[in-house]
Amino acid sequence: MNFKRMWAMFTARNHEFFRDRAAFGWNFAFPFLIIVGFGLIFGAKEHNQFKIGLFPGESRQAGMANTVPAAFQQGRYLQFINFASQVEGEQKLQHHKIDLLLDSRSPDHRYWINDSSPNGYIAEQIFLASLVPASEKLATKQLVRGVQIRYIDWLFPGILGMNMMFSALWGVGYVVVRYRKNGALKRLKATPLTPLEYLSAQMLSRIFLLMFTIVIVWIGSHLIFKFQVHGSYGALALIFFLGGLSLCSMGLVLAARGTSEEFTSGILNFVSWPMMFLSEVWFSLEGSPVWVQTLAKIFPLTHLLTGARKIMNEGASLVDVQRECLILVIITIISLTIAARLFSWNK
Amino acid sequence: MNHILEVRKLSKVFGRNKAVNDASFAVKDGICFGLLGPNGAGKSTTMEIIEDIIAPSSGDILYKGLPRKASFREEIGIQFQRTSLLNFLSVAETLSSFQQLYQNPEDLDLLIERCDLTPILTRRNDQLSGGQLQRLMLALALINRPHLVFLDEPSTGLDPQSRRNLWDIVLQIKAEGKTIIMTTHSMEEAEYLCDEVAIMDAGSIIAWDTPARLIQSHCQGSSILLPEAAFKMNLDDLPFQWKRRDKTIVLETSQIHEGLNTLLQLNIDLTELAVHTPNLEDVFLGLTGKGLRD
Repeated sequence: MNFKRMWAMFTARNHEFFRDRAAFGWNFAFPFLIIVGFGLIFGAKEHNQFKIGLFPGESRQAGMANTVPAAFQQGRYLQFINFASQVEGEQKLQHHKIDLLLDSRSPDHRYWINDSSPNGYIAEQIFLASLVPASEKLATKQLVRGVQIRYIDWLFPGILGMNMMFSALWGVGYVVVRYRKNGALKRLKATPLTPLEYLSAQMLSRIFLLMFTIVIVWIGSHLIFKFQVHGSYGALALIFFLGGLSLCSMGLVLAARGTSEEFTSGILNFVSWPMMFLSEVWFSLEGSPVWVQTLAKIFPLTHLLTGARKIMNEGASLVDVQRECLILVIITIISLTIAARLFSWNK
Repeated sequence: MNHILEVRKLSKVFGRNKAVNDASFAVKDGICFGLLGPNGAGKSTTMEIIEDIIAPSSGDILYKGLPRKASFREEIGIQFQRTSLLNFLSVAETLSSFQQLYQNPEDLDLLIERCDLTPILTRRNDQLSGGQLQRLMLALALINRPHLVFLDEPSTGLDPQSRRNLWDIVLQIKAEGKTIIMTTHSMEEAEYLCDEVAIMDAGSIIAWDTPARLIQSHCQGSSILLPEAAFKMNLDDLPFQWKRRDKTIVLETSQIHEGLNTLLQLNIDLTELAVHTPNLEDVFLGLTGKGLRD
């Protein structure tokens, strides 16, 4: 490994990226917009999980005046929507636009649900429970004590990780294929540069950019949402750094030989979408089938997010996330070795 | 003179297509060697195998009498026929990046002056004209003070001024004792620059010698060209072999001086006389035919 040659490629790629204003700007704008968007939906005010249709109703107040139980009206996570007629409400229910339809003037509380809607089932249970007087309830409510973690606090590392994944896979993998296709790699092959030097430079250049992006997006998002980090920032930076390395090296494997941008795009989609859904970016896999949880462990993003959330939300130290760190390092070494072995400079 | 490069029974097969077929030749140290051939003859493939860009199907390549080692890339410079650079880098940054890839790089100021890059140093690679890009590519090929320089159709797309400038640079490189291997479609270029040429067709080397000896051995002599109207006599009475090309009569003779004297004695009007001396293009067309190639 010749570090001078690697440095030359590292700086060249950085120059190129920082001058591509559109791509550069988008790398900051994308995660920031997602975080702000989800923050506004989930963070700033209470999220209405279930949509309840009411008919007939000129307005919510008028529609609810008669027979809708007070406990149901005051229920959390419920959004009430008025419809002029039963037919209109049933159409919305049929197309899963609402979860439950209620005749607001019916003394016997007539309601409709869509049998194929899981949300409809839960909304029905909430509605039925609201009909039971509080004095007859058999359960005793207890509250979890300790630091409250908002959904946005849980989601934030996921969005940063997701952005990192897309940027690493596409920003490295897709770019390498494009260089191969237009002959830029062939020109480099004519020099003493080795595949390992070139790939390492690409990986380090992208991780440099990713870490820079994370810092800027973090500061911007923190000013709006005041994220809490219960662990150390150093540990958090390390887990993101290792996660970024592993994702970039994975991108290099996917781009080791391809010459078709379309085919590479398909492969990158094939990898990135399952990784996004199974790595707990948006929701926890707790309670999902064991094979799904096992499958999720092959993705570096899973370990990155597990470690990041432990540090950020639970105050874990580096020792507590050493397992995740080790896995990410192993994935990086294996992927980079495979990529260097498979790498082809020209078509 | 020692051979710096020897190519022995080189073949390259792509699927069912044999792009290079048992090609053998050797290149003397310090000369400019031209690899000529029609489109699809296998010139670029042969070049890229020698450059170690693609692997041969069979055959051997010896550099300084030995198989190529890892250090080969430190000693060669390549200007590809079709290639690309990082778009967002300037010419100066591109030169600097490539300079750092070598152990013994050329002084950038010298290189910039030689390839006339000063006016475009701050320009981005994707904003260069064809000629400017070719000059930059040539500079990159020379950036490591290579002993062996490969130029694959270096003058393609250049205007006459740029082409002449390129030729001057190639002659300077040769004067420094470097060896140049080039491909070209321009027979004028090959004749002007190359000490030896090998002509390829259908993947095989069909001729290999100095341009002068190739012309001597494949062409019969000079021709005198005159319009048909200049002859007030029966053409069959002429003491030359002749043929008609449109309205021009081509007289073939090995002795131009004697031929002209004969024509003067016959009172032929020589006002529109032209003399064609055989050149490399005649050799090339004679060997590879005049049919169109893809």
